Amino acid sequence: MSGQVISISGATVRIDLPGLKVGDRVLVGVQRLPGEVVRLHGAQAIVQVFEENRGLGVGEPVRDGGGPLKVVLGPGLLGQVFDGLQRPLPELRRLDGAFMRRGSDPFPLDLARRWTFRPGLAAGAAVAPGDLLGTVREGHLDHPIFARESGEVAWLAAGELPLAAPVARLAGGGELPLWQAWPVRRPRPSRGKQVPARPLVTGQRALDLLFPLFKGGVAIIPGGFGTGKTVLEQSIAKYADVDVVVYVGCGERGNEMAGLLDEFASLEDPRSGRPLMERTIVVANTSNMPVAARESSIFTAVSMAEYYRDLGLDVLFLADSLSRWAEALREISAALEEMPGEDGYPTYLGSKLAAFIERAGVVETAAGGTGSLSMILAVSPPGADFSEPVTQACLRVAGAFYQLDTRLAHRRHFPAINWTQSYSQHADPAAVCFDGDHPGWGEQRRRLRELLQREDELREVAEVVGMEGLQERDRLLMRTAERLRLEFLCQNSFTADAYSAPAATLQRLAAILVEHDRIGAALDSGLTYSEALAREVCDAPR
Amino acid sequence: MRLAEYRYRTVTAVRGPLLFLARVFAARIGEVVTIIAPDGRRIDGEVLKIDGDLVVVQVFGDTVGLDTDRTEVRFTDVVKLAPLGLGCLGRIFDGSFRPRDGLPMFTPERWQPVSGAPFNPVARAHPEEFIETGVSAIDGLNTLVKGQKLPVFTCAGLPARELTEQLLRQARLPAGGPFVLVFVALGLTHFEYQHYARTLAELTGEYVAFVNLADEPVIERLLAPRLGLTVAEELAFAGGLDVLVIIADMANYCDALREVATAREELPGRRGYPGHMYSDLASLYERAGRLRDRRGSVTLLPVVTMPEDDITHPIPDLTGYITEGQLVLSRQLHQLGIFPPIDVLPSLSRLMNHGIGEAHTRADHRDLAGRLYRAYAKGRELRRLEAVVGRDGLLEDDRRMLDFATRFEQAFVHQGAARRTIAETLDLGARLLAEFGQGPPC
Repeated sequence: MSGQVISISGATVRIDLPGLKVGDRVLVGVQRLPGEVVRLHGAQAIVQVFEENRGLGVGEPVRDGGGPLKVVLGPGLLGQVFDGLQRPLPELRRLDGAFMRRGSDPFPLDLARRWTFRPGLAAGAAVAPGDLLGTVREGHLDHPIFARESGEVAWLAAGELPLAAPVARLAGGGELPLWQAWPVRRPRPSRGKQVPARPLVTGQRALDLLFPLFKGGVAIIPGGFGTGKTVLEQSIAKYADVDVVVYVGCGERGNEMAGLLDEFASLEDPRSGRPLMERTIVVANTSNMPVAARESSIFTAVSMAEYYRDLGLDVLFLADSLSRWAEALREISAALEEMPGEDGYPTYLGSKLAAFIERAGVVETAAGGTGSLSMILAVSPPGADFSEPVTQACLRVAGAFYQLDTRLAHRRHFPAINWTQSYSQHADPAAVCFDGDHPGWGEQRRRLRELLQREDELREVAEVVGMEGLQERDRLLMRTAERLRLEFLCQNSFTADAYSAPAATLQRLAAILVEHDRIGAALDSGLTYSEALAREVCDAPR
Repeated sequence: MRLAEYRYRTVTAVRGPLLFLARVFAARIGEVVTIIAPDGRRIDGEVLKIDGDLVVVQVFGDTVGLDTDRTEVRFTDVVKLAPLGLGCLGRIFDGSFRPRDGLPMFTPERWQPVSGAPFNPVARAHPEEFIETGVSAIDGLNTLVKGQKLPVFTCAGLPARELTEQLLRQARLPAGGPFVLVFVALGLTHFEYQHYARTLAELTGEYVAFVNLADEPVIERLLAPRLGLTVAEELAFAGGLDVLVIIADMANYCDALREVATAREELPGRRGYPGHMYSDLASLYERAGRLRDRRGSVTLLPVVTMPEDDITHPIPDLTGYITEGQLVLSRQLHQLGIFPPIDVLPSLSRLMNHGIGEAHTRADHRDLAGRLYRAYAKGRELRRLEAVVGRDGLLEDDRRMLDFATRFEQAFVHQGAARRTIAETLDLGARLLAEFGQGPPC
């Protein structure tokens, strides 16, 4: 079927092509720019074009792109870098050079790449969707290949085969490929959600100890510019104890993406000892790339994350930043002349966001295993004002809130996580889990929170009477709290301190608290604050 | 592709900078048009919106004198292109790429769309080559690197121009290679521009300038930075040169954007600025960078005047979300006679970590910068406390930190017109720390 362009306003194009459905992909103009149908009006459709459309003229031809926007899922996704439409960026660079040209549309995966398939059953076996056909080795993990149709396996591959070749043939003549396509806007099904119960270790002391998250949970990181959202997201991407990380640079800086790609290529995964990039999928849709593709980028990425979850793995989805996605949604909505809600965002922002965030969780997979998809999402509130609609909409569905504080950032306290405002709904049960592996965890955690809380109260007093005016016990507390802030809560992402294993986290905290108790005991024995401190500096075992 | 130029006299309405035409055949979005006013004046325009045969044109100039009967509009079938070639070096153009230095137009070697194309993220090289600006507060604590975009946030009345001029004169690459300067003036007053023009004329290196003054067409402010960046990209990535782009003042750009958005009846966002301002600013700022397989770089220093000294105003706020840090000028420091009045606490260079250390500046740079920053931050915090409890209510250590903060401002941040090498900057910092007993831990 073919039609033509009728009107153009920014990236919103009206076409007359009958027989389309909302969500269908179309190719617009002589350059075949990809677009998505967002609205229908009789035989006319409103299309959001995913690429810069300067030079597009009315009357140019439009073609049906064959169904909804899809991602390709299969072995070879790990280590790859895609744009928001799942176009492989290294391949685009090879084809088009350093700048993004229009209209190139290479297949997302390398069809010629050869994989070693190890069959998990014999020819003649009957399979149903979700049954294991066999595995291929992808980086550090065995990538299971499941049947997606039922029937009797007439022939099954073994050994090396290219991605393009079928892995099995059914008795009826149907072929099962190694890869599949999936519509990005539809959550992948599972046998049902389970209650998250295993903590996600991030290696960030402040998060693991104070505000831990369960695997399958969702945290948001809102913070003004310069508060270290990106550095925190990237540190978590490097060290979190998960099998697969999907990192989406959604409407953010190109130089940051370049830095991330450099680092991930050179760093080792501390668990497997292999390059970090081998467990990572990057989706990069920087701020100057087209807005509509930015909107779809998080769906492209989450579909890939769900795919690995369905293989029975722990997957972490990181997005930087969700605000840029919401702004893309707002730009599209404004172009469609929809009635705006708060701050110009469409009124469906909250429901769309909730539906997206609900794609996280722990599930029983179709194959009967358990997979988890956790999300840690950066939010960029304008003017660092957390009452804005995106932060508020996220808060209604996210289980954890890591608020980044501009004041802390200005003091170079990084990660600038505000310990009084942040929270995690999983914190207490997760702390119980940590306590099982690391005795004393819960108690030390309680003391840390108490000391920080006391410092907050005393600070107000100290601002009136001066430090000299405080009681000796309170001066000790202020000293300890400062050490806790500088030596425990602060964590430098650019040194070896970037990752702190739970045991090391607990040890570091305990050391500070032990010293606090020792000086406290000295005060009790009648020494003055300065004497007790002097003795500590001279004699204490370090 | 249409075969001929199309001419229309079908203007139905003129509204602000927008022209509405009817019965236009096969227009293209972004297509360049030439408008011929009844008095023969020629103005460029660009197709903003097409609905069937109705077309909305954005006029790059004054719409005064246009009418609906005799105004002619010619459609050229191409999008806005910039003429490129080494002939542009040493020249000053207006916001529509017309010479304003009295010399004839140079002969272009080729033409490129002014909107540019985004870098493929995997083709970018991460910026990590140190640029020595000669200013201690920048080189020492907020280091600039090649390919970075680092705005100067200033307030009305602060010497941002003097600082930019100092950077123009002093910035150099450690390897000593030439810097080509692209200067884009947006809505500057004649007074400000005369100073800049003198500095440009005195420069020893090459430059290209695009100048739109305060009394010149507002709409050209949207075009001029794109022309400047297209030229910069060409010089950098086709010519292999290191280019420094200075755009002053981005607040005028954003106001122009708001003016057009309002004329288009777009829904206004925060403070009346359009909702797409983030993406629009990104389409400029993100053109800074380096490429993996090519020499050359584009480094961008936009000057942003913060309305009402408010860093949370949408213009500095959205800028800060896109750029790799910011240099913030402070009214207090200016009052104290400190130049440049850079407040290092809210200032930040996100790419600093990669551009300093043994391979780039000096092995002790990172440690020194950290200690200077912490000591100064501590001193500044104590000033608030001092205001409440008085100097005598502070511990002796704290009084020392208080003195350090003052000394840091007067000796380290303040440097007047002098140029300090990175070694001088770091030695000075180490000396100050030692003076106040903040030397390296033993």
